[in-house]
Amino acid sequence: MSCWQTLQDYGLRSIGIGERLLPRSDFTICEHFVLIGSGMIWNIYFGVFALISGFALATVLALGKASPRAVLRKPAEAFIFVFRGSPLFIQFFFAYFVFLSLKSTHPFFDPFTSAWLGALIVLFFNTSAYSGEIFYGALQSVPKGDVEAADAYGLTGWPRFRRIIWPTTLRLAWPAYTNEAIFLFHATTLVYFSGFPARQQRGDALYYANYFADKTFNPFVPYPILALYFILLTLVVIWIFGRVNARLNRHVPKTARPRLRYRPNLIR
Amino acid sequence: MFSYCTDPDTLGRAAWLSCYLTTGSHMSFYWSFVKVLVLLAITAPIALGFGFVGATAARSHVAPVSWLGRLYIAIVRGVPDIAFFLFFVIALDQLFEYGRHRLMCPEWTDPIRQGSDFIVCAQAKLPLGTAPEWVHETYGFFLAVFTFAIVFGAFAANVLFGAMNAVPRAQQETAEAYGMTRRQTFWRVVVPQMWLYALPGLSNLWMVLIKATPLLFLLGIEDIVYWARELGGTKTARFTDYPHGDWRMWYFLALLVFYLGFTKLSEIALGKLTTRLSHGQATTGGEALRKAAA
Repeated sequence: MSCWQTLQDYGLRSIGIGERLLPRSDFTICEHFVLIGSGMIWNIYFGVFALISGFALATVLALGKASPRAVLRKPAEAFIFVFRGSPLFIQFFFAYFVFLSLKSTHPFFDPFTSAWLGALIVLFFNTSAYSGEIFYGALQSVPKGDVEAADAYGLTGWPRFRRIIWPTTLRLAWPAYTNEAIFLFHATTLVYFSGFPARQQRGDALYYANYFADKTFNPFVPYPILALYFILLTLVVIWIFGRVNARLNRHVPKTARPRLRYRPNLIR
Repeated sequence: MFSYCTDPDTLGRAAWLSCYLTTGSHMSFYWSFVKVLVLLAITAPIALGFGFVGATAARSHVAPVSWLGRLYIAIVRGVPDIAFFLFFVIALDQLFEYGRHRLMCPEWTDPIRQGSDFIVCAQAKLPLGTAPEWVHETYGFFLAVFTFAIVFGAFAANVLFGAMNAVPRAQQETAEAYGMTRRQTFWRVVVPQMWLYALPGLSNLWMVLIKATPLLFLLGIEDIVYWARELGGTKTARFTDYPHGDWRMWYFLALLVFYLGFTKLSEIALGKLTTRLSHGQATTGGEALRKAAA
């Protein structure tokens, strides 16, 4: 079977298009690359949607945590503590079983037990909490002079926030936020290893890499391929976030611009 | 466990629950919490040791040693973490078995990799096929500890490398001016002082290590996640004296609370440690302490 044929059969296997049966024996390098790449669709899906939705909630959480009013501050602090203080792995399990028991009483929760929605919600809350903490830190380090200048110009309330404080916050938070984004993409590999089942073997990249490693007893081929895909994905993320960073810092002299530093680490 | 537990069907709610929560399998569940704590207690110092060696190697003036140290740090940090956990356990297992195979069965001529099988001679199997159950479990646990130590060692190496470079240069120069050798400077000036600079990074790492412990489940250890799934699942009256519905949600809630509590405790303890280490240091924190005391 040619590699082109394999690509047609398995290129979109992870979303249920193409050949149903996974290869069972005589695995070729091509099959490794195609299937693991096909799984990357899910990693990108989870990462992108969680990031976009999480950005909005993170801003709200950061403002809440910085608020002098306890009614707003306490819930934001609690939310951030719960999602940053516990392992993402356990959060996935817990959410899955909560949705499962809700489903038995309310049919409305049926889609929540599938990974595409349930796991996305967990990732959304999780990244909101982590980014919220980053934005909170940045919000605290907005230069006092900027805010005073805004006051002097008669800007108050919403216009002051939208035109002065928020852009500076984003600018200060961006390097850390880039790392959070990379880290979130790495975290998407946990989805199919926690409570959420991969129906009809439609899994993410790690799911397929693990499938090959289990079948061939040879971890030295699938995992490096997975690593390669993730390094590529990381480079793309760094590039996109770098463009945004350049845009956010366009008024700052070139030498004073903060550089994005890739500092991955960590497991959640 | 209690004497009234012989016939659970007749008991009231509280008594039933007290019996239910003390069954043999629940004891295994509680034991698995101890397993997690033991893993942390063993892994943390080993990882710190790996990190120290890695950071020292990366600082070395001998180029190949320095490259080796830097390579170790770079590789582990670049790849998604669970991939590493899944990879290392098989890879280490095969490495050990291959090493023993070469030592113990030199007359063996068949290739080790036959298609998709990994075959070593029977004496080289780890653990031996005839070994009792607990040896298998301990071996699995040992592999897990080793994997954790390698991965977290790289993280720690990165933190310590940064901390060693953060020790004020002037102090090292002073040490050299007093005629200390490089070794003496390292052990008497750099190492005692680097801890303060390393502490924020290391405490972050400790938090991450706590949160990484559920990954034990992926390594095939019967840990808290395993037991929570086992015990929480629906039990019918045919198989157990304590039938109940799907309680996995509550078991995982308990795990969530366990981790949150552990994180909170660690935060408090690490805060205290930071205060202690800041005493007499030429940093903002140390200065604030001095002013408060004066």
